Amino acid sequence: MQEQFNEVFTKYHEVITWSVYGTAIILMLIGLYAILIKKNLVKIVIGLTILDAGVHLLFVGIGYIQNGTAPIFSPGNEDAADRMVDPVPQALVLTAIIIGFAITAVALSLVIRLYKHHNTAKIDQIKSLKW
Amino acid sequence: MKKVFVIILLAVFGFFITKTFIDIPFGENRIDEVTSNETVAGYYLNNTPVKTKVSNVVTAIVVNYRGLDTLGEVTVLFLASTGLASILYRRKREEEEEDAERLSLPSSRIMRTGARVLFPAIVLLGIYVFIHGHLTPGGGFQGGTIVATGFLLMLISYKGFNTDHNRMVWIESLAGLSFVGIGIWGLLSGNTFLENIPEVGVLNTLISGGLIPIIYIVVGFKVAVELTGILDILLKIKPNK
Repeated sequence: MQEQFNEVFTKYHEVITWSVYGTAIILMLIGLYAILIKKNLVKIVIGLTILDAGVHLLFVGIGYIQNGTAPIFSPGNEDAADRMVDPVPQALVLTAIIIGFAITAVALSLVIRLYKHHNTAKIDQIKSLKW
Repeated sequence: MKKVFVIILLAVFGFFITKTFIDIPFGENRIDEVTSNETVAGYYLNNTPVKTKVSNVVTAIVVNYRGLDTLGEVTVLFLASTGLASILYRRKREEEEEDAERLSLPSSRIMRTGARVLFPAIVLLGIYVFIHGHLTPGGGFQGGTIVATGFLLMLISYKGFNTDHNRMVWIESLAGLSFVGIGIWGLLSGNTFLENIPEVGVLNTLISGGLIPIIYIVVGFKVAVELTGILDILLKIKPNK
């Protein structure tokens, strides 16, 4: 099982690398596209969260180690330190998810406030945002 | 025109970010020799089960090695919930005409009965996750979020379900104060801020890791209460007439 995994991993290493990083980068680009193009403020906030997801995926992907286990010394796994994936990106992504949540919450509350004030959530219809 | 410009911009961005990351081979072992303490990850993996006796290395990093960072993170979460409450603040008089009326549609009997059955189980799962944050995957943030989803289920299925605002503020303040208090205890005993002072115990037992599980339980309570507060505020918003 382990050997089969290693064999497949080395054989298709190029493909796996491209697909993992590619997914993350495409998610980031989709998020940025939504932020830059979309007119609706709710869609812009959704774009922000998609961008967040892409960055998190990229981070966790960099921390992966071939054949690695989760960095947890559970019973029977106490001496597996040399097989564990990098725990630092995981801890950073945990922080980043919380901060992303806080940003989304505050951004959505601002969107609600703007919507109530102008009766629209489209940025091109809100006159006071024109410059 | 704008679209073309943005797509060119995104293509340039995508090209350079891909060019940067494609040189980092996926799945390559970058920690080198774990026991050599040469890399940060190697140091953490090497020292966590020995010094802090916590089996979840991510918990040890978040709460112990980068504890000050987590205190800042909890502060950001607190600021977000306060900021949300102050942005969406409404005067008392407006609230009175339509109070205790959260949703435009009542939820069905199936929803209400299901929510009542599931609510204790979800809260129990959340509490389990943050009590065992140093042993299993998960921790204060994850467990707190699970507890908040239980409250969300109750909030959307029962119109009369109200969270006690005063009690929530008390729990939140006590949790935040005890986090800072634990940090200052380390300073007072002549060590650094958030120093892990008590006996660390035995690896893979519930009471181990010294202050780490205590801090994560405190964080769990704080996150649960803050997220419930945010959901409560957001659900009370009325649509425009």
